[in-house]
Amino acid sequence: MSALRIVWSGFVTNLKMLSTSSFFLLTSVVQPVIFATIAFYMFQSGGRSGTLLYAALGAGMMGVWSSTLFGSGGIIQWQRWQGTLELGVGAPPPMTLVYLPFSLANSFIGLYSMAATLAWGRIVFGVPLHFAHPWQFVLALAATVLSLGLMGLVLASTFILYRYANALSNLLEYPVWVASGLVFSTALLPEWTRPISWALPPYWGILAIRHAALGGPVWGPLAMVTLLGLAALGISILTFRLFERLARARATLALT
Amino acid sequence: MSAVGNWFRVFGVGGVIAYRGLFNWIRPAMYIPTMLGSPIFQLIFFTKLGQYAHAESSDFYIVGNSVQVCAMSSVYGMTMAVANERWYGTLGPLLASPANRAAVFLGRGVPVLANGLFVSAFTFGIGMLFLGFSPGIDALPALALIVVVTVVSCTCFGMLLGSIGLRAKDFFFVANLAYFLMLLFCGVNIPLSDLPGWMSFVGRCLPLTHGIAAAREVAAGASLSSVSGLVWTELGVGAAYAAAAYALFRILEHESRRSAVLDTY
Repeated sequence: MSALRIVWSGFVTNLKMLSTSSFFLLTSVVQPVIFATIAFYMFQSGGRSGTLLYAALGAGMMGVWSSTLFGSGGIIQWQRWQGTLELGVGAPPPMTLVYLPFSLANSFIGLYSMAATLAWGRIVFGVPLHFAHPWQFVLALAATVLSLGLMGLVLASTFILYRYANALSNLLEYPVWVASGLVFSTALLPEWTRPISWALPPYWGILAIRHAALGGPVWGPLAMVTLLGLAALGISILTFRLFERLARARATLALT
Repeated sequence: MSAVGNWFRVFGVGGVIAYRGLFNWIRPAMYIPTMLGSPIFQLIFFTKLGQYAHAESSDFYIVGNSVQVCAMSSVYGMTMAVANERWYGTLGPLLASPANRAAVFLGRGVPVLANGLFVSAFTFGIGMLFLGFSPGIDALPALALIVVVTVVSCTCFGMLLGSIGLRAKDFFFVANLAYFLMLLFCGVNIPLSDLPGWMSFVGRCLPLTHGIAAAREVAAGASLSSVSGLVWTELGVGAAYAAAAYALFRILEHESRRSAVLDTY
């Protein structure tokens, strides 16, 4: 019960903070709409107007990943700057539990992206919002957001020891968009990149979401995104323990 | 020292020292992922997206994005080169000095410009090595000149955003927004002819647009003289932004002094 209370109160608090941050509103609303617009025009230019919903979903997922990435990169760094990292680490609950609600809120903010790109596509480009499997779409979206939140937790844990976490966040935005095939097929990428794609929750997440919306098998990708999310949770528990111990042993938690 | 010599000293030495001071946090571990890694993947992303959409040739995206990535330095860097004085609390002493404001202001653009050129050249190199971009040896000098002009123009635009940062609370929001809007409006990934009229008009008023168009033509084999109109227009757009930026800088400086809000948020 206590754990649920920690998760809920942390989630709500962080959601409120993120929702008033102009940076996160830019990342989760404005930026995906701009990318969706670029994709719409590119698809129209190439005569692939039937794929506009495909582009809207992909651009929305790009926003989910950006929010997760920058949020997770920022969790540790911002707390470090604000001087609250030591309090979080010193608190009795395990570090994973302390930062889980933060990471979930980061990816949840990404839902703004999906809503924004779908609404933008409908209003400005007349994209028909006819989903093949509406309930499976909701389920796939929820599972993907949750899974990305858990993946963000792994990222956050690795940033404990890394002083330049923000730079790494800047680097990782496009590669995951590319490797996950969010707005184009990964068949365009070299064969050796396949295992990288398969290891990424956004790859399976966008497959599940796309199939639920446009038609196709949903349960397989949905199972994969859920499994990878659970694996990320397991990894993050280990990495948080390991990196916390290292940071304490080396007295480098503050990295100042 | 003569007044002209002093002007150039403040412009050159002052610009470099200011850059070193304001960007002392840059390390290879920060610079490489952000300024070199991110442009590579931006290039790959849009090239593959264009390929999937069957929109334009790969060269279209390689040239567009290789030029546009200079904005990472020109827009963000220039914004920080002016606005961070306020953040670090050094704006007051700077503006209390008798140094020529134009020299102080423009001098900050030189290191940012050099950095933007390096990032653009690096991204072109990646396009050549991995994405099959081959403009031909003869086209390279003209292409280099166009890129220099375009980066100058984009840096002037960054100066305008930096000036806004003298008073705006959240100047990073403005810089981020400008960077992403450039991807949409400036013909980086979409030909202006495919955009609605008002969007292509906005694009023509922004830096990059004419430079990218000229670079594409030269890369396709056109001579520099045949795109001189585009190059001069790009330079004119840059000059207009530089003048607007300087005027805004002086207005905001004056207003900040008058209202006693020079380094407040």
